[in-house]
Amino acid sequence: MSTKKNIYFCTKFRIVNRQVIMQFTRALFFLAVLVLIQPVFLTASGHAEHASDSTESTQVANQEPAQEGMSMKQEIKAHIQHHLQDGHDFHLYTDTETNTHVGFPLLVILLDDGIQVFSSSRFHHGESVAESNGNFYALHHGKVYKTDAAGTFEMHDGHVHNEKPLDFSITKNVFSIMAFALILILLFTGAARSYKKSLVPSGSARFLEPLIIFVRDEIAIPNIGEKHYKRFMSYLLTVFFFIWLVNLFGLTPLGINVTNSISVTFALAVMTFVITQFSGKKEYWKHIFWMPGVPVPMKILLAPIELLGVFIKPFALLIRLYANITAGHIVLMSLIGLMFIFHSWIGSTLSFGLSVFISFIELLVAALQAYIFTMLTALYFGSAVAEHEDH
Amino acid sequence: MEIPAIVGAGLVVIGVGIGIGRIGGSAMDAIARQPEATNKIQTAMLIAAALIEGIGFAALFAV
Amino acid sequence: MEKLIEQFSVGLFFWQTILFLVLVFILKKYAWKPILDSVSEREDTIRESLESAEKAKKDLTELQSKNESLIIEAKIERDALLKEAREIKDKIVSDAKGEAKEEADKIVQAAHAAIEAQKAGAIAEMKSEMASLSISIAEKIIRKELSSDEQQKSLANELVADLKLN
Repeated sequence: MSTKKNIYFCTKFRIVNRQVIMQFTRALFFLAVLVLIQPVFLTASGHAEHASDSTESTQVANQEPAQEGMSMKQEIKAHIQHHLQDGHDFHLYTDTETNTHVGFPLLVILLDDGIQVFSSSRFHHGESVAESNGNFYALHHGKVYKTDAAGTFEMHDGHVHNEKPLDFSITKNVFSIMAFALILILLFTGAARSYKKSLVPSGSARFLEPLIIFVRDEIAIPNIGEKHYKRFMSYLLTVFFFIWLVNLFGLTPLGINVTNSISVTFALAVMTFVITQFSGKKEYWKHIFWMPGVPVPMKILLAPIELLGVFIKPFALLIRLYANITAGHIVLMSLIGLMFIFHSWIGSTLSFGLSVFISFIELLVAALQAYIFTMLTALYFGSAVAEHEDH
Repeated sequence: MEIPAIVGAGLVVIGVGIGIGRIGGSAMDAIARQPEATNKIQTAMLIAAALIEGIGFAALFAV
Repeated sequence: MEKLIEQFSVGLFFWQTILFLVLVFILKKYAWKPILDSVSEREDTIRESLESAEKAKKDLTELQSKNESLIIEAKIERDALLKEAREIKDKIVSDAKGEAKEEADKIVQAAHAAIEAQKAGAIAEMKSEMASLSISIAEKIIRKELSSDEQQKSLANELVADLKLN
C-alpha cells in the first residue's frame, strides 16, 4: 500500500520534474548566452573605462597620478578591482571615443552635519568634487571622503586620512538589492496568486514549487525536524532564493556583485546568528556551557570552545559566501583578461574556452553556495531547537 | 629569518585541499557502495566540505 | 583581514539588513505562507484521496466477498428448498399411492366379501333348492316306484347319477 503510494508520488514528481527540467534548461540556456556574451561586454567596458580613467583622473587633485603607459596587466587588474567594488552610480559601460558613460546616477545619503542627500551625478564618476550644504565630498576608490572645495586628499603611505562621513548612500549594491527584492516579491507573489485558482500550480509556480519543496524537504525538515521547521521556513526560503538570484545576476554582464561585498554576507550571517540565539532552547545552552555526558574538567574546557564556536559558525558562513563568489569573479575576470594578454589566437581562444567553462562552474557555484548557506543556517537552527541530541 | 604569513596560508590551503579531496573521495566510494544513499551522502559531504573550506578561507583572509 | 574590514561598509550592511527583513516579511505574508499552505493542503488532499480510494477498494472487495457469500447462501437455501419440495412431493405421491392402494384393497376386500356372501347365499339357495328338488324327486320316486323294488332301485341310481353336483 505504501509502496504503491510512493510509486504514485514518484511518477507524479517525475512528470513535474521533467517540466521543471525543461524550464530550467531554458533558463540555463538564457544564462549561458548571457555568460557567453559577457567577455565581449566586459572587455569592451574594461578598455573604455580605463582609458577614461587615465585621461580624466588628472582633473581631481591628488588622485593617483595618471599613468599614460599603464600596461595591459595593470589595466586588467584595475578593471577587476573596479568590478569587485561597490559604486555610487550604476555604471554599465563607458564609451572612450566620446567619453560618455552609460548608466544612471544614484542617491548619495551621508550622515555628516545632518543628513546630506544629493545625486551621485555631482561626482561625475569620481572626477569632480560634490558640494552639498557647504560641505565638499570627493570619491577615492569608490568611497566618499570629506574634502575641501578643491578636493584635496591627505595621503599618508598610500592611505587617505580625510574624514569619512557615515555613508548610507543608495549605492549600486543597495540599488541591486532593492531590484532583486522587487523581482523576488513579484515572482513569488505571482506564484502564490496562481494557487488561488487551483491547488495545481500554473505558470512560474510550476518551476518555483519544486524548488520551494526542495528547500522544505531537503534542507529544512532533515536539519530542523518536523516539529519546528515551519517557524524558520520564511527565512530559509528567502535566504535561499535571495542568494541564488543575486549570485546568478552576478554572472551577467550587468556587473552586479552583491554577494561579494562582505557587508551583505555579514548582514545575512548576523541575521542567522540572531535567529539561532533567540530560538535557542535549554538544551542548546546546556550543550554550550555544560556539555552533558563528559567529565567535569572537560566540561570546563569545552565551554569556551563551544562559546567560540557559536561565533565562528556564522563567521565561517559569511566568509564562505563572500570568498566563494569573490574568488569566482576574480578567476573569471582574470581568464577574460588573459585573452588580451596572450595576444595570440591560440592562447586567447584557450582562455576564452576556459572562461566559458569557468562560467558554467560559476553557475553551479551560484546555486551551491545558496544551498550551503541555507543548509548550514538550517543546521544551526536545528541545533538551537533540538530537544535531545544524540552525541 | 621570518616566514611570511602567506606561506602559512598556503600550507593551510594545502591541508584544506587534501581534506576536501579525501571527503570527496570517500563520498564517491560510499556512493559506489550504496547508490541508494546518494542524497544523504552528498548532503553530508557538502556540509563537511563547507566546514573545512571555511577554515581555508579564514586562513586566507587572516593574511 | 584588514582588507576585509576596510571593505566593510556600514551603509550597505544597514540597507541589506533593512531590505532583507522587509523582504522576509513581505514574502512571508504574500508568498511563502500561501504557497506552503496550498502545497501542504494539496499533499493532504492527495494523501486523503489515496487513502479513501484504498478504502473504497477495500470496501468493494468486502462487498464483493459479501455478495459472493450471499449468493452461496442463497444457493444453499434454494437447494435446501428444492430438496424439501422434492421430499414433500415424494411424500405426497407415496401417501397418495398408499391411500389409493388401501382404498383399492378395501374395495377389493369388499368385493371379495360381497362375492363370498353372494356365493354363500347362492350355495345356500342352491342347497335349499336341491333339498326341495331332492325331496320332490324323492316324492315322485316314492310315489311311482314304490310298486317294485327293482324299479325303485334303478330309479334311485338313475337319479343319483343325474344329481351330480355341478
